[in-house]
Amino acid sequence: MASLNLLLSVCFCYVILLFLVAFVADRLAARGRSTWLRSPLIYTLSLSIYCTAWTFYGAVGYAARSGLEFVTIYLGPTLVMIGWWWGLRKLVRIGRSHRVTSIADLLSSRYGKSNTLAIGVTILAVIGVTPYISLQLQSITLSFSIFADADPGSDDRVGATVIWVAAGLAVFAILFGTRNLDANERHHGVVMAIAIEAVVKLVALLAVGVFVVWQVSGGIEATMARIDASEIGRWQVDGGRWASITFLAAAAFVCLPRMFQVMVVENDDERHLRTAAWAFPLYLLLMSLFVVPIAAIGLELMPAGSNPDLFVLTIPLSQGREGLAMLSFLGGFSSATSMVIVAAMALSTMVSNQIVMPIWLSSQTQQASQSGDVRKIVLLSRRISIGAIMVLGVAYYEMSGGGAALASIGLISFAGIAQILPALVGGLFWRGATRLGAIAGLSVGFGIWMFSLLLPGLGSGLIPQHVMEQGLFGIAALRPHALFSITGMDPIEHCVLWSLTLNTLAFFIVSVASFPNPVERLQGAQFVNVFEHSAGPRGWTGSVAQSEDLMVMTQRILGTQDARDLFQREAALQGEYGQLPEPTPEFLERLERQLAGSVGAATAHAMIGQIVGGSSVSVQDLLAVADESAQMLEYSSQLEAQSEELSRTARKLREANEKLTQISLQKDTFLSQVSHELRTPMTSIRAFSEILRDASDLDEADKRKYATIIHDEALRLTRLLNDLLDLSVLESGQVSLNMRPGNVKDVLDHSIVSALAGADGSLDVIRDEASERIPLYSDLDRLAQVFINLITNALKYCDAGQPQLRITARTAGDNVVVDMVDNGSGIPTEAQAMVFEKFARVSAEKAGGAGLGLAICREIMQRLGGDVVYLAGQSGAGFRVTLPTKGEIKG
Amino acid sequence: MSERRGGETPRGPTLFLERQSYRRRRLSEVARLMPIFGAGLFMVPLLWPVGDESEKVQTSSAILYLFGVWGGLILAIALFGLVTRSWAKSDQREID
Repeated sequence: MASLNLLLSVCFCYVILLFLVAFVADRLAARGRSTWLRSPLIYTLSLSIYCTAWTFYGAVGYAARSGLEFVTIYLGPTLVMIGWWWGLRKLVRIGRSHRVTSIADLLSSRYGKSNTLAIGVTILAVIGVTPYISLQLQSITLSFSIFADADPGSDDRVGATVIWVAAGLAVFAILFGTRNLDANERHHGVVMAIAIEAVVKLVALLAVGVFVVWQVSGGIEATMARIDASEIGRWQVDGGRWASITFLAAAAFVCLPRMFQVMVVENDDERHLRTAAWAFPLYLLLMSLFVVPIAAIGLELMPAGSNPDLFVLTIPLSQGREGLAMLSFLGGFSSATSMVIVAAMALSTMVSNQIVMPIWLSSQTQQASQSGDVRKIVLLSRRISIGAIMVLGVAYYEMSGGGAALASIGLISFAGIAQILPALVGGLFWRGATRLGAIAGLSVGFGIWMFSLLLPGLGSGLIPQHVMEQGLFGIAALRPHALFSITGMDPIEHCVLWSLTLNTLAFFIVSVASFPNPVERLQGAQFVNVFEHSAGPRGWTGSVAQSEDLMVMTQRILGTQDARDLFQREAALQGEYGQLPEPTPEFLERLERQLAGSVGAATAHAMIGQIVGGSSVSVQDLLAVADESAQMLEYSSQLEAQSEELSRTARKLREANEKLTQISLQKDTFLSQVSHELRTPMTSIRAFSEILRDASDLDEADKRKYATIIHDEALRLTRLLNDLLDLSVLESGQVSLNMRPGNVKDVLDHSIVSALAGADGSLDVIRDEASERIPLYSDLDRLAQVFINLITNALKYCDAGQPQLRITARTAGDNVVVDMVDNGSGIPTEAQAMVFEKFARVSAEKAGGAGLGLAICREIMQRLGGDVVYLAGQSGAGFRVTLPTKGEIKG
Repeated sequence: MSERRGGETPRGPTLFLERQSYRRRRLSEVARLMPIFGAGLFMVPLLWPVGDESEKVQTSSAILYLFGVWGGLILAIALFGLVTRSWAKSDQREID
């Protein structure tokens, strides 16, 4: 008989081996030499923590009681793995691209980083998983007790075993699970250790199976015959249970915190799923292959009343195969320990990240910026959480007494954890799922599960007998095992049906009725469309591929040549001529800065992060991008304003240019007009002076006549030049005005006298001298010049038989208005617009002057702050002179 | 930012795919259906007769059936994994 001491020492050596493996794996990973640690095989084996002691020992017991029904526990996960392409692949991609640390973190992140939801899921997980941990502890204790019973030399050390095992597991989990705060939450040591344990438990179970089939039973056919002859020889599975447990196992496989930990958090490469998709179902198949034979043979061989849960141990022992029993014990031990370690780790991460840290941070608001401390606090809180979870497990074990009540906890735990499923699946595939919906669904499901399965399942007085029989508050519809008065169902089936149906219903209805906040909607879109938002499946290794991707991305932003130059420069800096540079932190920083110049810091950071970190854009990144976009928008609107101003200026410039062209044109016209005006008198002067010079036989009268013409023309020239000079002085604004006080009447008197003196014709000037006594302050000489010009015009052009000029003066506000209207035929309408232009003459035949008079008048009047206009609609030609009584010089 | 290259196809679903892409889509549909198909096969035992002891299916036959289906599914998904091994790096959007 194997002594308990031998068992203990083997067990101890095994534990030491596990510690060593974990230690070495951690070391290798830290040095970056861990490619084989990241193989799909290790990943697949790590998934095997699904097979706990409950399945290692319990499956045989289950089969001995209910036949093939035990297989449903494995069929569910098999279906999930087979559907990896649209289920797990998405889950893993999301988990990796959002750097999710636990299932609570995933749900919280999906539903707008809701803390409430995270706390709810964490509490649900702790309540659901802690009894499951005690189940593992119980299995270890039980298996110890088998050996202890067989060893006459043993004492009652077994009682303390559970404490020691729990302490050892806690130490392991703390040592390798909380060694450091890895940004990716990967624990190579732990994963490696559980991979080895996976092999041990598979080998152990297969060994027992092979032993039973070929040694004890004598071949496959004989075994099959013995199975058919046994108590479980006929198919007698309850259909409802078959379907609901398959479903439950599938749901739990995805939702269990420890499964999420190894499947999503510890996943190194999404492509590993491709291998795990067939390898893990194969593992499960092998695990369950010999379960029924062992159960059937056990039922046949072992004395009635022996615990079928321990057939795996007791059959080899009864056949005297102590070595095999030892291996089998190690298999069970491995199943239990790996599950407890990972579950404790996963739960501690959840408790610490979702409950402890938020509370600690909110209580430390003023010192929250000390980032160095936070890391230590996180690790400490995780270590304490692991300890606390272990203590809870042990306490639960002690409380329940380790009896049969614990054996049923596996499925109860599954049913509890499965309540997460609607929120999880909804979150992954339905953008309309909201935080409130998830909370509502979880609460409803959790409540029903507690009431209809967990509390009654824990037995002994947690739910009073009268409630079980008559329902809560005496309402028959609220009986825990017969909700809505539907009786006769299996408790598990009953609970799964009601809790998940109502959970899903509540989730759906509240989701549809509520409205998500922006972060929630953003996250929802990111999760549901993760394949559009994240890069393709990419391992964490393969730096050259990263450099290539970086190159491609940089080319798209900077242009091919610039990007190539930049990368060559970087490669040269790293001493790798002609190759792509390694993505060192320095290089990435410089690259990011370079890209930030083109696309903004946040975008650049997100883009590089996407390639190098393998992580997708987080909400913060997106918000930063949005901020930057807003800034860019503002900047562009500024640019727009500037460009508008520029175009305004351009328009003005164009206008000015047009004006200048026009003026230049006017100048040309003016010059040609002036030269024309000058040439006419010059021609006659030259002609007559030539006659005077060359003709010798001219009489005195002719000579006088010609000389007079020459004189007159010279006078006209002088007048013209004077006028031109006057006009140019006036136009250029260089005229100096001699402002002085005076009276309109005096100016008119002077003007009329000057204009009529030496005139050929006669002109009656009609005045109202009384009204003309208007005082004014102006350049009186210039004003007189205007009046003289107007009177002279009337004298020249009035074609009436008895030419008359009516002059009226009056004040209008601060202005003096002087009208001069003659009784002639006036100026034709088409010429009215032109009379004030230079060289404009109404009729050629009466060309007395150069046609500059009225132009000068208007120029003078505008200079004096007034104006002169033609008065249309009078009996004859009329002009109105307006000027201010207190004039100011216009510049 | 970057000019469109001549060969780039416009976004959005295209009506006609290359033969290879067409195969991929059908294969991914098979992969999606696989768990439903598997669940269907695993639920077949629900149709087996209950009641009279002699009519009940023998456990050995049940084992053969269940493990046969199980192994078949594993083979099928392994085959799918093998075929899709080369997909990993090529266009993801096309097959989603």
